[in-house]
Amino acid sequence: MPKYKYLGKATQKVDALERVTGKAAFGADIHLPGMLHGKVLRSPHPHAIIKAIDYGMALKLEGVKAVVTSKDLPSLEDARASFGGEVSIDQEHLRKLFLAHDKVLFEGHPIAAVAATSLEIAEQALELIKVEYEVLPPVEDAFKAMQPNAPLLHPYLYPKTLGQKPKNPGNVATIMFHERGDAEKGFAEADVVVEESFETAMVHQVYIEPQVDAAQVEEDGKVTLWTANQGIFNVQSQLSSILNIPLGSINVVPMEIGGGFGGKIITYVESLTIMLSQKAGRPVKMVMSREEVFKATGPGSPGYFTIKVGAKKNGKITAAYIKMIHDCGAFPGGPTPMASLVSFGPYNIPSIKVDGYDVVTNKPRVQAYRAPGGTPVNFSVESTMNVLADKLGVDPLKFRMQNYAKEGDYMVNDQRYNRIGVKAVLDRVVSSSHWNTPWEGPNRGRGMALGFWIGAAGTSSALVLINSDGSATGVSGQVDLTGTRTSTQQIIAEELQMPLEKVNVKVGDTDSTPYTMGSFGSRTTYSFGTAVYRASRDALAQMKARAATQLKVNPEDVEYAEGRFWSKKDPEKAVSWNEVARSTITRGEGVVTGRGTVTGLGHAPEFTAQIADVEVDPETGKVYVKRFTAIQDAGLAINPMQVEGQIQGGVTQGIGWGMSEYYYYDKGKLRNASFLDYRMPTSLDVPMIDIEIVEVPASEGPYGVRGVGEVSIVPPPAAIAEAIYRATGVRMNKLPMTPEAVLWAIKTKDKEREPVAANGDS
Amino acid sequence: MRLFEFAAPKSLEEAYKILSRADADVRALAGGTDLIDQVHQGRRKPSIVMDIKGIPEMKRLAFDREGLHIGAGASCTDIYNFPPVKKNYISIAESAALVGSVQIQNRAGIGGNICNAAPSADTAPSLIVHNARVVIAGPKGQRVLPIEQFFLGPGQNAMAKDEILLGIVVPPPPASSASHYLRFIPREEMDIAVAGVASMVVIDPKSKVCKTARIALASVAPTPVRAKDAEAVLEGHVINEALIREAGEKAINAAKPITDVRGSIEYRKELVKVLTRRTLTKCLETLGNR
Repeated sequence: MPKYKYLGKATQKVDALERVTGKAAFGADIHLPGMLHGKVLRSPHPHAIIKAIDYGMALKLEGVKAVVTSKDLPSLEDARASFGGEVSIDQEHLRKLFLAHDKVLFEGHPIAAVAATSLEIAEQALELIKVEYEVLPPVEDAFKAMQPNAPLLHPYLYPKTLGQKPKNPGNVATIMFHERGDAEKGFAEADVVVEESFETAMVHQVYIEPQVDAAQVEEDGKVTLWTANQGIFNVQSQLSSILNIPLGSINVVPMEIGGGFGGKIITYVESLTIMLSQKAGRPVKMVMSREEVFKATGPGSPGYFTIKVGAKKNGKITAAYIKMIHDCGAFPGGPTPMASLVSFGPYNIPSIKVDGYDVVTNKPRVQAYRAPGGTPVNFSVESTMNVLADKLGVDPLKFRMQNYAKEGDYMVNDQRYNRIGVKAVLDRVVSSSHWNTPWEGPNRGRGMALGFWIGAAGTSSALVLINSDGSATGVSGQVDLTGTRTSTQQIIAEELQMPLEKVNVKVGDTDSTPYTMGSFGSRTTYSFGTAVYRASRDALAQMKARAATQLKVNPEDVEYAEGRFWSKKDPEKAVSWNEVARSTITRGEGVVTGRGTVTGLGHAPEFTAQIADVEVDPETGKVYVKRFTAIQDAGLAINPMQVEGQIQGGVTQGIGWGMSEYYYYDKGKLRNASFLDYRMPTSLDVPMIDIEIVEVPASEGPYGVRGVGEVSIVPPPAAIAEAIYRATGVRMNKLPMTPEAVLWAIKTKDKEREPVAANGDS
Repeated sequence: MRLFEFAAPKSLEEAYKILSRADADVRALAGGTDLIDQVHQGRRKPSIVMDIKGIPEMKRLAFDREGLHIGAGASCTDIYNFPPVKKNYISIAESAALVGSVQIQNRAGIGGNICNAAPSADTAPSLIVHNARVVIAGPKGQRVLPIEQFFLGPGQNAMAKDEILLGIVVPPPPASSASHYLRFIPREEMDIAVAGVASMVVIDPKSKVCKTARIALASVAPTPVRAKDAEAVLEGHVINEALIREAGEKAINAAKPITDVRGSIEYRKELVKVLTRRTLTKCLETLGNR
């Protein structure tokens, strides 16, 4: 008999009908009486001092109701809070990010915002605002930023470091050194040492729905904000802090969200919308355009890596070194700490040394992008491992079988792994039909790579209300980004042993639900699922107590199954769940509300192995991904269909990252801020992505569930790069691996292989 | 986006009246897949957007002794599904089926594609190798231009402010001829050519000598261009592997590309070479199969 009745099943999405009928209300569906439309004036320059802003003409345009600039910002009482989880940003910089103060630091940096009675009037008003700039040379990339004479973005910036603080300010925001074991000794013991360098590009999450919100500020200063962010309480605390409004005076209402991938944790237009509504005394709505989204929200960080790995002849790794530089855009806070953790995560390596740098440049400030920092570093490390395996003469899979990490081994940050599934995913590769089906012929190759993501846990809360008809309602402020309502329904049904259709799920606003962290960091099903589990158990315990009273037995003597309570001692003594539920609104101890909350679960690490088959057109360099399999440890897949969907989405984004997506900058200006020239893969560019779910239960939390949302994006570029190598003999060490890049690499290799003409004779 | 006046004339006379308005900056709208985006982005700020799809002549699709008549408002889907196009103008059918995506092809047509005058327009090289003529009309009358004279530069065509495109006429293809179009895009759909090549060859069935060769390139110059050096390599000869390779090399002479996000100068030239070879090979295959 299966262990669970409702878990591990592809139940229908709770919100499936409203989605397919178009009834689901997204941010752009908000319409309020008297609502104004907001638009943002943005800097055309990547780096400039704002000398003066004159918006007098704009205010005179009929229909314009308010204009705001940084002069309208309230003063702050306590500075230095920080936000945003894995790629966090501090309060001062978040304020400067959403509205430039004295300086613009990237093309598209907001300078002023206008609220008007129509969008067209707001747009016209922007043209009437005069800004006087002193244009400065842009700092175009991390290397240029680190040069001694580079222009400074922030004249006050000194690196965060445990080492010695430099004498002068610079563009380096963080310096990270770390060593575990003795790397020098480890390399000395190695028989083979390889060193490779890599470069990856700035990419965007490209959620389909642009940032959108509406704000209504009441006469007493209370704010209602409708927004499509990944976390309503995160929005509440950010806005409270940067706009100096009491937290309890801001009610954040979640709308359906059209994708986030880490890019909708930090607020952008929300603060401007509130400031405009405060000034205009009317509700204001703001919708970003795609161009604005590309230029002025938070893309994923580009990285530069040098990796060195040594191994014995028998294939055992002895030491590894990584130097990484992350370009974090206009303000400090890049993915270096997370990237260092991901780097050698799948391996058991006795000594590891890490040098990391986060550097500021005149680009939009980076944010989290699905396993933030994971994909670039994994591409670099896994590619290096493949070079090493090649040198040692072992195939990449065998090499990994010799070196994988297991429970009790150290992570790069000196913590030990709890139960993990690296071996389980590798074993599945060995037995998979993909790995065992030959992929031969000219210009064809197969690659594989491992991926790791640590996953977050955090604080979560949920309520389970028992209604008088015996049905249950799960209530929380957990934004449903990835099917949370559906897994919540499954958990409640499982614990209360009631049919799915008797369980309703409601996502409420910050005024009416208990605090819960946002939906990010692979934490939702793991941590929030734990809160739902606890709330369900609490509701059941309370129901048992009420049944005990009615049955006149001790609560511990009450048994429950499938809608029926009975006495352990006298099974004939029984009362139905519905009867007990009905009685709660009229007598006894009253209504039942199950409460569940959780903080500080341990990690539930995610591991994956992915296999890619490619075919390369040697004359154009175009790479066709013909087959792809992702094998992932989900701990327990509460809803396998949703898990598969998550993994397919992550792999698709990883393929885009690896092959076609990048920010194309020219003198600090973005030249491809549109879907035409920022090339996400279309459905025709990815093959069917086969999923194999492996279930190694996590050490903590109910059911052994692990987060599944992020790791799938980590290894696709590495797996594809290896496949390209097997197909063509060229190693691609730079992302994206565009057709042009692949073609030139092939041509360079062919030239090197041309026999040198003998002199005269023959 | 600036507000504009919208007009939907039901006849050419009505359209000419609108075009004659002195103060008006009229843009004709067929599928609108380029224009709407341009207006949205503020790249074009017309005072009148005039939908021409309600004018019967604009939807014309016919094949007669004069050749193929394509009304300026005919959609790509209608065009490539028109049997005479499938049969006689393979290159035109192929390029119409490449514009944008299936959804876009249901709206967009060849008329709009050429009026937009993007150097990358997929249908332009095919029309050039097929010797197409454009019919331009306005309050002052009609005129006909060879398609090669229609493109003046990126976004610029040979029509005056008060003229609109009525349609395109493509002469019947010569006997024993074949044409093909190939373009290169990094993706499989929803993309713009990094380079595109159309080739048309006429082969004497007995001697196998190439009587005529026409090769035209997209996306590698400010306008679509003929690759005359490559054509000269082939004409008067029996086309073989070596000549195809040479034609590929010579086609590069006509390419004056730029480096941008879609590709570098060198890459585009390389693609011209490869695509020229591949289209010529396909033409020979088609003729061999007939």
